[in-house]
Amino acid sequence: MLGRTVLAGGALAAAAAAGPAIAKDTINVGIATFLSGPAAGPFGVPGRNGAELVIDAINAGTLPAPYAKAGFAGAKMNPIFVDEAGGNAKQVGEYRNLVEKRGVDAVLGYISSGTCMAVTPVAEELKKLTILSVCGTPRVFEEAQRTYVFRTQAHAVGDSIAAAHYVLDKFKDMKSYTGINQNYAWGQDSYKFFDVAMQKMAPETKASENPQFPKIFAGQYGTEISTLSLDSAKLVHTSFWGGDIEAFVLQALVRGFFNDKQVISSVGGSAVDSLGKKFPDGVVMGTRGEYGLLVRDNKEPLNAWFVEEYKKRYDAYPLGPSYQYANSVLALKIAMDAAAEKAGGFPNQEQTMAALKGLSWQSFGGKISLSLADGHQAVHPVGYGITKWDKEKGAATAVDVKFYQPECIYAPAGQNSVEWLEAGMPGAKC
Amino acid sequence: MQLITTMLLDGLSYASYLFIVSVGLTIIFGVMKILNVAHGAFYAWGAYGAAYTIGLASDNDWPDWIGFVLIFGSAILVGLILGAIIERVILRKMYHEEEVLIVLATFGIFLILEDIILLVFGVNPYFAYQPMALLGSIKMGGIIRDVYSLTLFGLAILVALGCWYGLNKTKWGKLLSVVIYDREVSLAMGINVQMVYLVTFILGATLGALGGAYIAPTISVAPGFGIDVIVLSFAVVVIGGMGSIPGALIGALMVGILRAIAVHKFPEFELFVIFGVMAVVLMIRPEGLFAPEKARRI
Amino acid sequence: MVATAWNDKTIRWAVIGFGLLAAAGWLLPTWILNNVMFGLARGLAVLGLLVLWRTGLVSFGHALYFGLGAYAVALLEKYTGLTDVFVKFGAAILVAGAFGFLLGFVLRNYRAIFFAMLSLAFSMVLYGVLVKMEVLGSTDGFSVTQYTIFGWDPEGKYPLFCFIILACVVALTIVQLYLKSALGALTTAIRDNELRVEYLGYSVARAIHIKYLISACLAGAAGGAMAMALGQVDPDSMVNWTVSGELVFITIMSGAGSVVAPFIGAIVFEFLRTYAFELAPQAWQLIVGGTLLAIIFFLPGGIWSVLEKPWAKRETDNG
Repeated sequence: MLGRTVLAGGALAAAAAAGPAIAKDTINVGIATFLSGPAAGPFGVPGRNGAELVIDAINAGTLPAPYAKAGFAGAKMNPIFVDEAGGNAKQVGEYRNLVEKRGVDAVLGYISSGTCMAVTPVAEELKKLTILSVCGTPRVFEEAQRTYVFRTQAHAVGDSIAAAHYVLDKFKDMKSYTGINQNYAWGQDSYKFFDVAMQKMAPETKASENPQFPKIFAGQYGTEISTLSLDSAKLVHTSFWGGDIEAFVLQALVRGFFNDKQVISSVGGSAVDSLGKKFPDGVVMGTRGEYGLLVRDNKEPLNAWFVEEYKKRYDAYPLGPSYQYANSVLALKIAMDAAAEKAGGFPNQEQTMAALKGLSWQSFGGKISLSLADGHQAVHPVGYGITKWDKEKGAATAVDVKFYQPECIYAPAGQNSVEWLEAGMPGAKC
Repeated sequence: MQLITTMLLDGLSYASYLFIVSVGLTIIFGVMKILNVAHGAFYAWGAYGAAYTIGLASDNDWPDWIGFVLIFGSAILVGLILGAIIERVILRKMYHEEEVLIVLATFGIFLILEDIILLVFGVNPYFAYQPMALLGSIKMGGIIRDVYSLTLFGLAILVALGCWYGLNKTKWGKLLSVVIYDREVSLAMGINVQMVYLVTFILGATLGALGGAYIAPTISVAPGFGIDVIVLSFAVVVIGGMGSIPGALIGALMVGILRAIAVHKFPEFELFVIFGVMAVVLMIRPEGLFAPEKARRI
Repeated sequence: MVATAWNDKTIRWAVIGFGLLAAAGWLLPTWILNNVMFGLARGLAVLGLLVLWRTGLVSFGHALYFGLGAYAVALLEKYTGLTDVFVKFGAAILVAGAFGFLLGFVLRNYRAIFFAMLSLAFSMVLYGVLVKMEVLGSTDGFSVTQYTIFGWDPEGKYPLFCFIILACVVALTIVQLYLKSALGALTTAIRDNELRVEYLGYSVARAIHIKYLISACLAGAAGGAMAMALGQVDPDSMVNWTVSGELVFITIMSGAGSVVAPFIGAIVFEFLRTYAFELAPQAWQLIVGGTLLAIIFFLPGGIWSVLEKPWAKRETDNG
C-alpha cells in the first residue's frame, strides 16, 4: 500500500508525519459550491462571491484588524472552484479528483446536506482537511467522530428551535401551526425539528394534520396554497429556498395568503432581495446565524467591512451563504497563522488541524466557536426578524430581530441533538 | 362541499398546466415519432424569453397588459428560432436512425441548451409577475384564487380547440394525418414530408415555449427548472397515449385531479400519483388511453 | 464450460485485457484507479442494457435495478453489519433479480417506447418511496464504508478494484456465452421480426423475460459495485431518471458491437466527465451534450466501431 500512496502524490501526507512543512508561496484549496442548477443563484454564487472577496483580501492583506496580516501563514491561496451540482455520487468522485488528481491542500465549502454526508467519509479516508461551510444536517458529526472534517456553521436543529422560540416570544396567541417544506431530507428534518420543539416548549399548541411536503423544484403550489388556506392553523413554517420560496411567495401573494397567515421562513433570505419591494412585509425570516438581512445595519467593524466591500464588488448585499463561505476561509487563515506561530514555520496539515480544533473567533457574522463534536462542529447564535420594505432606502430590512444564544438552542457537547430535543432540551439556558 | 369545490378547482388548474406543458411533446411524437427531451429546454427558453422581455417592459414603465403580448411573442420567437435550427441542422439528418438514438440526440440538445441559458442569463432568477399581479384575485368556493391561474384553464381549452380544428378542419391537418399514417406513401404521393416535419417541429417547440412563457409569471425563472417538466410531460403524454391530443387532455385531467385529492387528503401519496397512474394505465392499456392506430407489419 | 469460454476469442482477449488492467491498477494513481473502478461498475449495467438493446429494447428505467443493488449493499451493512464483498454483491444481484423477475412478467409484453416509459414509471415509483422514507435515508442516503473479503479487512481500494474486475470478467463471459447460445441468437431475430420468431415456435415473451432478468441482475450488480466503490448511496445518484439516461447514453456511446464495448465506453465516459468538469465547471453539461451529439453523428456505431476494424482485420488474418 505504501508504494501506491506515495505514487498518488501523497508526498504531503508523508511530510505531515515529519515536523513542519516546507514554507509555501501558495496553497491550493478546492472550494465546492453550486455554480449551476437551481441552488446556484440563492446559495452557490453568493457563497463563491463571499469566499472570493475574503480570499483576495487575505492574499492582499487588506482585511481589517485583527486579521490584517497577509496570507494563510504567509502563503497566498489559489482557490479552485468546483460545481457542487450533479448529485452526491458525482461529488464524491469530484472530491477524490480534487485531492488525488489536483493535489489540493484543503477543501472548503459544500451546501447540500446530502453532499456533506457523502464527502465526509471520503475526506476521512483520504486524510484531507475539509471545512464544511453551509450544510445543516446534525448527522455529519453525530454519527461518528471525525478527525479531518470541520464545520464552521451550526447545524439545523438550532435553526428550528430558534424558530419555535421566536414564534412563542412574538406571537403569544398562536394556537396551532402547519408547514410547507420540500420533500427531501432538509425539508423533512426542518419541519420535524420545528414540530418537536413547539410540542416540547408549548404542548398546548396544536400541530396541523396536513403539513405539506411538495416535491422540490415543483414550482406550482396552487393546490398546496389552497390546502393551507383551508387549514385552521394560522402559522406556516417553511424551509423553502431559492426559486421555490420565490414562486411560493408570488403565488401566495396574489391570493392574499399573507393577510391571513403568519409565515416563518428559515432560509428564504435570497427571496427578500430578489423580489425586493414585491416581497411581503411581516414574514418572519431567518438567516441561520448573524448573517445577511438580519445584520445589514450592524456596525460591528468586520461585518461593516464585509457588507460594504461585498456591495462594492458585486452590486448586491451579501446573503447568508456569502458569510458562511467567508467564515470558513477566515477560519482556515486563523488556524494556519496560529499554527505557523506555534510551529515556528509553515504549518503542516496536522498542526493546522490542531489549531483549528476548538477554535473560537470573531467572524464576519459574530462570534463562532467550534465547541461541539470534540472541537469540530461550530455553534453560534441564530436569530429571526420580521421583513419590512424600507421605502426611503429602497431596500429590504428586518425589524424585531432577536438572536438566541448557543446555550439555548444546541445540545451540550457529546449529546445527540435529536435525542436531546425529543427529551425536551434538558439544561438549555435561554 | 367547500373541500370538493376546492379540490376540483385546484385539480383543473393543475391539469391545465400539465396539458399546456405537454401538448407540444405529444404533437411532435404523433407526427415525427420523436420523443423530444429537448422539450424541457423549449419550456425553459420560453420562460426566460417571457421573463426577460416582461422585465424590460416593466423597467421602461410600459403598461402591464403588454406582458400578455410578450408572453405569446417570445414563445413564437423561441419556437421559430430553436425549432427551425434544431430540425434543419440536427434532426433532419437523423430520421432514418433508430428511435432511441433520436431520443438521445434530443437529450444532448437539451444539455447544450440548458448550459447556454446559464451562460446567457446567469444564475440569478428572473421575474415576470406583472401579468399575474394585473389580473388580481377572486373569491371562489370560500377561498381566494388568483385569476391568472384560472386563465390557464382558458388557454388550455383554446390550445386544445385550436389543435382539434387545425388537425381536422384544415388542409394542413389532412396532410398531417396522411404523413402520420404512412410516411413512404405520402412521399410517393408528392407530399413535401420535410416541410410537414419542419412545421410540426416548430409548432411543437412553440407550444413547449408557450408553456414556459405562460407559467413564467407565476414562478421564479432560474437555471435548471426545465428538467422536471420533461418527466412530468412524458408521464402525462404516456398516460393519454403518445401522439394523441385528446389523450394528453384526459391524462392531464386525471393526474391533475388525483393529485389535488392527494394533496388535500393524503399528502404522503402526492409523489406517487403521477407515476402510479402511469404504471397502472400502462399495465391495463399498454399504449395509453388514446393510442392512435398503427398498421401491423408482418 | 471453461474450455468453451476460452475458445471464444472475445472472452480470451477480454480476460487478458482485464488481467492487465488489474496488474496496472497496482501502479495507477488513486484518482485514475477510482475513475476506472466507477467506469467498470457502470459498465456492468451498460452490459445489461446491451443485452436488451440487441433485441431492440431500450429501458429508460434501469436505475431501478441499479438503485436496488446499491441500496441492498448499503442496507445490509447498516442493519446487519455484514461487510463481506461476496455477500454484499450477492445480495445486490439477488434483490435486483427478484424484482426483475416479477416486473418482467409485465414488461415482456411491451415494446419500443412503451417498454422504455413503463420502465421509467417503475423506477420513479422506487425513487418516490426512497425520498419519502426516513428509514431508507431519504434524499441524504447513507454511506457504505467498510468491506471485507472472507474476513480480511483490506486497506485501500485496490482489492475492491480487483474484485470488481473479477465480477466484470464473470459477467462478460456469461453474457457472451448466452448471446452465442440458441436462446441468445434469437435476440436479433426478435428485433427484426417478432411474428416470424413466433411462427418458428419460440416464445418471444419468454425470451424477452430472460433477457430482462439478465439485464436486471447486471444492473443490480453494477449498483452494488458502485455503492462499494463510491462509498455512498442516495436516490438522486442511484435511482433518479437521469441515472437511467446516463446508462443509455453510455450504451449508445459504447456501441452494441461487442460485450467488451460497455466497459470501454463507461470508462471513457467517466474520464470525459471528469475533464469536462475540470475544464468548464460552469458548462460541463455543454461538453457532455456536445460529445453525445458528435458520437451520434460521426460515430453511429459507438466507440466500438473504431476498435472494430483492426479487430475484424485480425480475425481474417488469423482465419
